[in-house]
Amino acid sequence: MDDMYREVILDHYKNPRNKGTLDPADFSFEDDNPLCGDRIRIDVRVGEDNKVKEVAFSGQGCAISQASASMLTEHIIGKSLDEVKQLSKDDILELLGIELGPVRLKCALLSLKVLKAGVYGIKDED
Amino acid sequence: MPKLNVEQIRKDFPILSREVKPNVPLVYLDSTATAQKPLSVIEAMNSYYRLSNANIHRGVHTLAEEATALYENARDRIAKFINAKSSKEIIYTRNATEAINLVAYSWGRANIKQGDVIVLTEMEHHSNLVPWQMLAAEKNAKIEIIPVTDDGELDLTVYESILKLSPKIICVTQMSNVLGTINPIQQMAAKAHAVGAMMMVDGAQSVPHFAVDVQTLGADFLAFSAHKMCGPTGIGILWSRQQVLEAMPPFLGGGDMIKRVYLREFKANDLPHKFEAGTPAIAEAIGFGAAVDYLTAVGMDFIHDYEREIIAYAIERLEEVPGIKIYGPKAERKGGIAAFSFGGVHPHDVAQILDSDGVAVRAGHHCAMPLHDRFKLPATTRASFYLYNTKSEVDKLIEGLYKVKKMFG
Repeated sequence: MDDMYREVILDHYKNPRNKGTLDPADFSFEDDNPLCGDRIRIDVRVGEDNKVKEVAFSGQGCAISQASASMLTEHIIGKSLDEVKQLSKDDILELLGIELGPVRLKCALLSLKVLKAGVYGIKDED
Repeated sequence: MPKLNVEQIRKDFPILSREVKPNVPLVYLDSTATAQKPLSVIEAMNSYYRLSNANIHRGVHTLAEEATALYENARDRIAKFINAKSSKEIIYTRNATEAINLVAYSWGRANIKQGDVIVLTEMEHHSNLVPWQMLAAEKNAKIEIIPVTDDGELDLTVYESILKLSPKIICVTQMSNVLGTINPIQQMAAKAHAVGAMMMVDGAQSVPHFAVDVQTLGADFLAFSAHKMCGPTGIGILWSRQQVLEAMPPFLGGGDMIKRVYLREFKANDLPHKFEAGTPAIAEAIGFGAAVDYLTAVGMDFIHDYEREIIAYAIERLEEVPGIKIYGPKAERKGGIAAFSFGGVHPHDVAQILDSDGVAVRAGHHCAMPLHDRFKLPATTRASFYLYNTKSEVDKLIEGLYKVKKMFG
C-alpha cells in the first residue's frame, strides 16, 4: 500500500497536470466508474501532424484514478493518434509504477478507457 | 447485568484469528456487507456434505430422509427465531433481494393496477427499490417517496400526506444499511393498515442485530438474508402470514412447487413449498439453522446492547478526527453502522490505506445511490460492527484514519 500511494502518485493527485477543459476540442469523451463514482472527461486537440497537441482532463475520484489521468495526459502529448490507440493497461501500470488488484485496476484504467473511446470516435451518450 | 463476552465469542469465528498479511491481524468492520461465520455454521454445512448429502423431499432412502429433516428443522428454528406462527410462513429464497422480488412479482402482479400508488423511501437499498420500479413501469403504477431528513431519519410528515393517496403497499427498510437509522415500523405499519396498505419490510440489516418479532412488528412481508447474520450466502427468507401467502400466485415454476403436473396445467403445492421451485440451497439452509441457533444462544438482546455500546464508542472516537462527517442519526438512535466522508479524500483511498493496517471497511455507494444523491455524495466510507468487534478494533480504525489524514492532508 505504501507503494500504492508513493510520492509521485500523491504528487499527481494533489497537483494534477493538464487539469481543466478545452473548448473547442477535436474530440472529447466522458465516462464514469459506477462502482465508486469516479468520473473523468478528456478533451484533446490534434495538430496538423495528426499528433496530440493539447489535452485536458476534468472530473473527480480517488487518488489512483486522478493520478493516472494526470500521468496519461502528460504521456500522450506529442504522440500520434495511432500511438494513442496502441496504449494498453500495461502502459498505465508502468506510468503508475504499482501493482493493483481487480477493484482498483478499474480506477486506474478509467482515463485510458475514456481517452480511447474519444480517439475511436465513440459517441458520448450523455 | 450479564454482558456479552466478546473475547469468548471471537474464538468461535476462525477467520478472526487470521492475519491479512504477516503480523497484521484482520480488523473486520464490514459486517453490514456480510458477517463472518462461526465454526458451528461451517461445521453444520461440512457435516451435511460429509454425511447426509442427498436431495430433499420424495426420497425414501436414509440420506434423503436425513437431508430433508435437517433442511426442514432449520426452517422450524428460523420460524421460531422471528416468532412466526408456523414454518409454513417461512419461504426459503436466495437472499433478501430475491424475497422482495418474490413479493413484487407474485403479490405485486396480482394486486397492483394502473394508477395504484407504491411507496418507497429515499434510504432504501437498491433491492427494495428496483423490483418496485420494475413493477410500476410494467403496471403504469405511481411511485411516491418518503424523503430522508438531514438527520438521516424518514420524514414522517410527508409519509402522513402520502397515506392520503391510499397507497397499496409501503416498502421500507427496518434499518438503513448506510445511515444505521432504525425506522419506527410498528408506528408506520399501524398507519399503513389504517388506509388498507400492505407493509413490506426489508429486514436484511435489522434481523441480524436485534430481536424481531413478526407478531408485533406490523409487517405484512419481511425479507432477510442468512449471510448478514453469521450464516452462509445463497439463502434468505421471505416471511408473511399464511393467509397472505396462500392468496398469492406462485413465483418460480418447476419441481417441488407443484402438487400435480399435467401436460397443459399444474396444481401448486402447499406452503411453503409453493414458492420453492427446484433443488434449493440445502447445505445453506442447514447452515442458516445453525446460525440462528448460534445467535439465539448468545442472545439477541445482548448482541443489541453490545452493538449500541460499540457504535457509541466508535462515533465518539470518529468525531475526534478533524474532517470526518458521519451521516445518520445520533448513536443512541441507530444500529452499529457509521458511514462517513473524510474531507476531500475519496472513500476508495481511505479504505485502501485502512486495508494496509488490516482494517476492512467498505467504500462506495453501498447499493444506496439515491441516498448518496440526497446527501450529494458520490460515495462514503462505512465501518460496521457486529457481536465480535471490540473497542480496540475501533481504535485501530481511528489510528488508520489519522494515517490517511497525514498522507492526504
